[in-house]
Amino acid sequence: MAQKLTRLKESASQTAGPYVHIGLTPNLSGITGVYPEDLGTRLAGEKARGERIRVEMRVFDGTGTPVKDTLIELWQADADGLYNSPSEARGAADPHFAGWGRVASDMETGVLTFETIKPGRVPFPDGRMMAPHISLWIVARGLNLGLATRMYFADEEEANAKDPVLTRIEHQNRVPTLIAGRNGNTYTFDIHLQGDRETVFFDI
Amino acid sequence: MKNEKPETGAFFQRDRAWHPPMLTPGYKTSVSRAPQRAPISFPGTLSEITGPAFGHAMLGEHDNDLTQNFARPGESAIGPRIIVYGRVLDERGIGLSNVLVEFWQANAGGRYRHKKDGYLAPLDPNFGGCGRTITDEEGNYSFLTVMPGPYPWPNGQNDWRPAHIHFSVFGHGFVQRLVTQMYFEGDPMIWLCPIVNTIPDRAAVEGLIAALDMQATVPMDARAYKFDIVLRGRRSTLFENRMEGN
Repeated sequence: MAQKLTRLKESASQTAGPYVHIGLTPNLSGITGVYPEDLGTRLAGEKARGERIRVEMRVFDGTGTPVKDTLIELWQADADGLYNSPSEARGAADPHFAGWGRVASDMETGVLTFETIKPGRVPFPDGRMMAPHISLWIVARGLNLGLATRMYFADEEEANAKDPVLTRIEHQNRVPTLIAGRNGNTYTFDIHLQGDRETVFFDI
Repeated sequence: MKNEKPETGAFFQRDRAWHPPMLTPGYKTSVSRAPQRAPISFPGTLSEITGPAFGHAMLGEHDNDLTQNFARPGESAIGPRIIVYGRVLDERGIGLSNVLVEFWQANAGGRYRHKKDGYLAPLDPNFGGCGRTITDEEGNYSFLTVMPGPYPWPNGQNDWRPAHIHFSVFGHGFVQRLVTQMYFEGDPMIWLCPIVNTIPDRAAVEGLIAALDMQATVPMDARAYKFDIVLRGRRSTLFENRMEGN
């Protein structure tokens, strides 16, 4: 017998359920007075550097029906491509930009809206630069494990064409599912959980 | 153990055979929400290795006391008073300091304070159902609440959730993000539940069942349940000449 590897197993995931808002956006769900404001509602302070953008996302199930009980968290670099994280070793990120945000679907329309700044570029482990992107984590009733994906930007065609993550997707006809369209300062991003237009999700 | 310097190693691959699969027909809502195509893998980049940090300064006085944080002055939530405590560890057994832990639950009668919950059990005017805390230097957390009740849900004709508390946990990297549910030792409803049964491995379910701990109980006040949460481990940089993030 060899020595035992004394590693623990990760706690198993369970769905966030239909009432995830009670815990993660209580003010939005009508539970007021517990926290001053819902966490993650403001990504960029007034002094944050960079181009201010608005993102509108919608989530659809496999029948094409809008999902109205989703919660999405986003994580992104600042305008210079630095993360506001203790694990960021390359320099200090913009102190006026949190980089992390949380938004719930509108319970009537299913639309999720957030205001942020357009992220700068971040290197892949081999040093090649990735195209600007926002990492997304999606939970909802019916999702047993949070889904990971990325949102890229339609007006970054050249960078997207060389992105180390996008270029390793075998079925290149699925890459457009990760690219948000631009209209003025608003990007729109539709997430399809299942079916012909299924969004690319990651195991990372 | 206190880390001198934040770690920058990539995370261990997630064991997706241990977690519930996305498609679990016994839990009906998963059927039209489960992706059908395989997820794509790539090596952890800075976007995955980094994650947000939260300071203790954001916490209010009663954020980890659900018996009080929604109660009118001088009143308290109704139900069996319990302390829930434990550690947030990673797969290497290292306690994760300064990570945000959020929790939400139904009241003692199984009713959620949410406009979509129409269950006939009444709301408790002194119970909101949400709380949060941040782990200490060793990864410890604790909160006070009332034991939630089981409740029926429209899945099968007669499906009931076991008593449970939802947990949302941050690690030190964004891909450690986890939501799960805590169940209570000895509850016969656990093994009947279609959501619990999305998990293929019995040992993985047992990892979500909090143990009654009479030693941590406060006599004449509140019983205690211990619930440790394990997040993904990460590779240590054993050799300095490795590329960063590998």
